[in-house]
Amino acid sequence: LVIFVLYPIFDTVYVSFLSEGRGGFVGFENYNYVLFQKVNPLINIPNLLQGVFPMGALVHNIIWICIHLPLTILLGLAFAVLLRDVKGGTIIKAIVFLGIVVPLVVGGVLFRYVYDKDAGIANAALRVMGLGPYARDFTQFRDTALFSVILGSIWIWTGFAMIAYSAGLEGIPKEMYEASAIDGATRWKTFWRITVPMLRSTTLVVVTLTILWELKIFDLVYVATRGGPGGASSVLAFDMYNEAFQANNLGTGAAIAVILTLMTFGVAAYLVNRMSKP
Amino acid sequence: LKATIRAFLKRLKTGILVFFNKIKLKAKKPKITLSTVIVHIVAWLIATIWLIPFLGVLVASLRPFSEVQFGWWNLQPFSLNFNNYIDAWTGQTTSPLSTAMLNSLIVTIPATFLPIIVSALAAYSFARFRSRTKDILFLVLVLLQTIPQQMVIVPVFTLFRDLNLINNYVGLILLHTAFGLPWQILFLRNFFSALPIEIEEAALVDGASHFKIFRRIVLPLSLPALASLVSLQFVFVWNDFFFALVTILSPSAKLAPQIIPLLLGRYELNFSLLAAGSVIVMILPVAIYVALQRYYVRGLTAGAVKG
Repeated sequence: LVIFVLYPIFDTVYVSFLSEGRGGFVGFENYNYVLFQKVNPLINIPNLLQGVFPMGALVHNIIWICIHLPLTILLGLAFAVLLRDVKGGTIIKAIVFLGIVVPLVVGGVLFRYVYDKDAGIANAALRVMGLGPYARDFTQFRDTALFSVILGSIWIWTGFAMIAYSAGLEGIPKEMYEASAIDGATRWKTFWRITVPMLRSTTLVVVTLTILWELKIFDLVYVATRGGPGGASSVLAFDMYNEAFQANNLGTGAAIAVILTLMTFGVAAYLVNRMSKP
Repeated sequence: LKATIRAFLKRLKTGILVFFNKIKLKAKKPKITLSTVIVHIVAWLIATIWLIPFLGVLVASLRPFSEVQFGWWNLQPFSLNFNNYIDAWTGQTTSPLSTAMLNSLIVTIPATFLPIIVSALAAYSFARFRSRTKDILFLVLVLLQTIPQQMVIVPVFTLFRDLNLINNYVGLILLHTAFGLPWQILFLRNFFSALPIEIEEAALVDGASHFKIFRRIVLPLSLPALASLVSLQFVFVWNDFFFALVTILSPSAKLAPQIIPLLLGRYELNFSLLAAGSVIVMILPVAIYVALQRYYVRGLTAGAVKG
C-alpha cells in the first residue's frame, strides 16, 4: 500500500513541479502551462467566453457535473420510489443497474452504436420524429460530442443512484408512512415531508460518490470519442493520460493529476466532515 | 465452547426469522387502481429504454455487418450466426480475445483474493484493537479511498519501467491489490465491529489464540461480507481499463477490455465484430452480478445507507 499508493502520491506532486525528463525544478510552470497555455488547455478562456468547444478539460468536467449530477440524482430517486411497489420491480432494477456492471469500455461501445449515423437507434428515432436533417454521428461533432457522452454516462450511473436510494428507502420505518396516512397526508406531501428528509444521508453519499465518479471518468471518453474531435470532449483524466503516456510529458501529466486529485480531495473532505457531524 | 457458540447462533437465527415474519405480516395486498396501472407502464417503459442499447449490441453481434449497417432493427435480410463471435475470439483483425480473456483471468483472480486476505487481517485488527496511531491510519485510509488512479500512475509507471514490470502481470496484480485495500479494509472493519464480541471473548477464555479466533469464528461468520467483496473486486479489476492500458503494452499480453478499442479499427467500423467482442468481455462481470446479485448490491450500498 505504501509503495503503490502513498509514495506515488508524493512523487506525483514532486514530478509535477519538475520540467520534462526530471530536469530542474520549475515551480508552478507546469501548472501554468496545463491550465492556460497548452494546445488544448484545461481552461480555454477565449473559447469559453464564446461558448465554443473545446473549452478545456477542466471546464468539460465541470459541465459534466452540472448536467450529470442533478439528472442522475433525480432519476435515481424517482426510479427507486416508483419501482418500490411495482410488480417485477426487482427485475427492472437489475436491468437499470446492469450499466454499472458492464465494463465502461463496453459502455462506450454501446453509446457509439446508439449514436451512429446509420446504425444508431438515436438517429433512427430522430428520423421517425421528422427531425431527419439533424441525424448524424453525435460523437463525431464538436458541439454534440461532450453532451452525447454525458447522456451516456447518465444512462450508466443512474443505476447506482437508484440502488442506493432503494436501500435507503428500506431503512425508513413503515410506521412513519402509516402515521402520515392516518393524518390524511397526500402522496405528494408524504414524499416531500417524509421520504426526502429521511433519505438525506443517502443523498449526501450518493452526491459525493457521483461527483468522484464523474471526475475520474476515463474509459467511456476513451472509447466513445477519444476526447475528440479536437479535444471537444476531453476530460481531466483523459487529458492526463494523453499528456503523460501519448505525448510523454510525465511532468505535465502529473500536474493534471494533481489538479484532479485536489478536486476529489475537496469533495471527499466535505463528505468526511459532514459525516462526522451527526 | 462449541455448544455455547451453537446455542448463540441458533438464537440469532430464530431472532432473524421472527423479524422477517413481522415484516411479512405488515405487507398488505394493494388495490389495483388507475395509478397503479400507469406506474407499471412507466416502469416497464424505463426498463425498455435501459435495455435497448444492450439489445442492439446483442442483435448486431449475431448478424453479419452488412445486414445491420442501417440499424439492427431492419430485419430484411435476416440471418443469425456466430461468425462475429468466432472472428473476435480467434482474432481476425486484432489480438485474439481468447488469449486476452485468459490473461484477464490470470490477473483478476489473484488480484481479487490477495487484497481480500490482507484487508481481512487488517480490518480485524482495526476493529478489535484500538490505539492512537490506528485512528490516524484509519483517517488516512478514508482519504486514500478517493485517490484517482491517475494520481499514482506516473510514478508507478516509472517504477515499473525501472523494475522491468511493464507487461508483467505481477506488477498489475500488486497495483490492483494496493488500490483495493482501502475500501475493503473500511468495509470489513464496519462489518467486524458489528459482530457480537461475546463469542470471541468466550473463545479467548477457552484459550484460543487471536489468530485462531479470527480463522475459526470471525471468518465463517463474515462469509456474506466476503462474498460482497469478492464479487465487487472481481468486477472492478476485470473492468479496469486505465491501469492495464498504461502498464500492459505488448499486444499478446493485453487484457480483454483493452481489445475493445482495438476492435474499433482505424478506418472503418465493423459494429458486428465490435459488438461480439463487447458481449464476450462483459459476459463474465454480468454473470458474477447475476449470480451474486444480493451480495454485490449490498456491498455497493453498504457505505451509502450507513451515512
